[in-house]
Amino acid sequence: MLSFIARRLGLLIPTFFGITLLTFALIRLIPGDPVEVMMGERRVDPEMHAQAMERLGLNKPLPVQYLDYVGKLAQGDLGESLRTRESVWTEFLTLFPATLELSFAALLFAGTVGLLAGVIAALKRGSLFDHGVMGISLAGYSMPIFWWGLILIMFFSVSLGWTPVSGRIDLLYDIEPKTGFMLIDTLLSDEEGAFKDAVMHLILPAIVLGTIPLAVIARMTRSSMLEVLREDYIRTARAKGLSPARVVFVHGLRNALIPVLTVFGLQVGTLLAGAVLTETIFSWPGVGKWLIEAIGARDYPVVQNGILLIACLVILVNFVVDILYGLANPRIRHQR
Amino acid sequence: MTSPIPKSVTPASPVDRSLLYPSPYKEFWHAFSRNKGAVMGLAFMCLVVFCALFAPWVAPHDPSEQYRDFLLTPPVWLEGGTWQFILGTDELGRDLLSRLIQGARLSLLIGLSSVVMSLIPGILLGLLAGFFPHLLGPSIMRLMDVMLALPSLLLAVAIVAILGPGLINTVIAIAIVSLPSYVRLTRAAVMGELNRDYVTAARLAGAGLPRLMFVTVLPNCMAPLIVQATLSFSSAILDAAALGFLGLGVQPPTPEWGTMLASARDYIERAWWVVSLPGLTILLSVLAINLMGDGLRDALDPKLKNAA
Repeated sequence: MLSFIARRLGLLIPTFFGITLLTFALIRLIPGDPVEVMMGERRVDPEMHAQAMERLGLNKPLPVQYLDYVGKLAQGDLGESLRTRESVWTEFLTLFPATLELSFAALLFAGTVGLLAGVIAALKRGSLFDHGVMGISLAGYSMPIFWWGLILIMFFSVSLGWTPVSGRIDLLYDIEPKTGFMLIDTLLSDEEGAFKDAVMHLILPAIVLGTIPLAVIARMTRSSMLEVLREDYIRTARAKGLSPARVVFVHGLRNALIPVLTVFGLQVGTLLAGAVLTETIFSWPGVGKWLIEAIGARDYPVVQNGILLIACLVILVNFVVDILYGLANPRIRHQR
Repeated sequence: MTSPIPKSVTPASPVDRSLLYPSPYKEFWHAFSRNKGAVMGLAFMCLVVFCALFAPWVAPHDPSEQYRDFLLTPPVWLEGGTWQFILGTDELGRDLLSRLIQGARLSLLIGLSSVVMSLIPGILLGLLAGFFPHLLGPSIMRLMDVMLALPSLLLAVAIVAILGPGLINTVIAIAIVSLPSYVRLTRAAVMGELNRDYVTAARLAGAGLPRLMFVTVLPNCMAPLIVQATLSFSSAILDAAALGFLGLGVQPPTPEWGTMLASARDYIERAWWVVSLPGLTILLSVLAINLMGDGLRDALDPKLKNAA
């Protein structure tokens, strides 16, 4: 098992350097003079220009610049935002819990509904329910989620007035950010009704963000479950006289879950990309919205290192999923 | 060992057509048309393609003409709608139907060109990676891993952040984003084929590398690539719309579906049609293409049937 982990870790290193190269190139590929772009004005005073080049290290040869960049990264220095003068790392840390909370809620929704729908569809193969689940999940898979968000807002927030339109919590409440997770913070605070308000704010964005993972998980669970139900050990379990529920959930689902787990992991990328859109629609103060605003404001340090951080996150999660997969399935572990 | 093969006893004519081996096209259509959803998707896409090709003649109005007296006119079946604007008008009094039809042109153009722009380099890189498994192959694959580490929309956003928003940059960004899946698929298919006897035979017969790559091996790797091309066509349309919606794609007043949605957001409380209809068009088109992709997969590549 250790050698398996070591092998996987070894694969991560070139990928990580590739990503730093990509984000390094990102800022240098922008057409035009970097100093002018960063200062947002044309014809900067030559002396100031030289100073800025010096300060940013842009007058050194490219390989040296790259080594400087990686060296700074190694020390945890991700530069500072041009707009707020705050360090990119601090900004990321304050905003990330919001994205994480939203993603967790979305995965929870997608996971429970998707697994349940997938299992029932597999058990009632060919039934109306099965066709319905497959049809809906194909539609969910094809969904432009930014539109889906708008439609849900239009229906539930504007017409019915059930949920708030945007944000994480009503302005009435003054919640002290202890953990950064609004649900936990509202529970810790003694403001009445704050928790319920936070939940109401979370529901629609979580549904929107969870729609595509839900479709994928439902389809995957169904096909994986169908395969498992054909296995001999299921027949044995049935013949033994076990209750149908036990056969399905203990003997069936447990084995069917392995490929579903991988899909879960792969959905993290989808989630983070979806978070960009979902957060923009619902004015959710998370990393995705931050990145898009940074692009709009040409705040390049934020764009550069924000992308780096998200890429590292995706790699990390995929790595963990790989390891879990190896734990669950010895055949993968011993494969060369 | 060889027993004489009995000569066919059926008379040369008239031939019983049902006994003949079906033509590949017929066989393909037979398999494809068994999938009802795929046929429906194909029919819808034919309609969209027709509208896109003949947009100036099909569209009732000029998509950028502003009818100042008809701002936010509802669709014809609602109170206040007129037959002049069947699906209503937007905030500047432009005919929604005409803009959607014009938008089909753009979306198909973006989809088609980005698929072509990523398919060709993707196949080339995949072939190289498959044929040179020692040094070149792994380095290509590591590069693709890096690209896959970034969620596709984020990578596209990053690329557009460098190149600046616009139609052509949208196409380039989406083409780059969908490159890795073609490279991986081609490489996997090539590696599967390289051990086959017919490749060895071609090699022994003295086929050069280009011939081996493009004439011998590539045609046998096409099935998964065609399926992938359909699927990435649909995700190209989605990504282009998402970029447009974020204000990073095709710029207004060009009637791109995502861009239309972005400007319609402010009217969500007053005019549901300007929000619903462009998105519905995106959803239906993407769904139709995905349905077609499923049918294609069943018909071309039965091995993949239970994969997704």
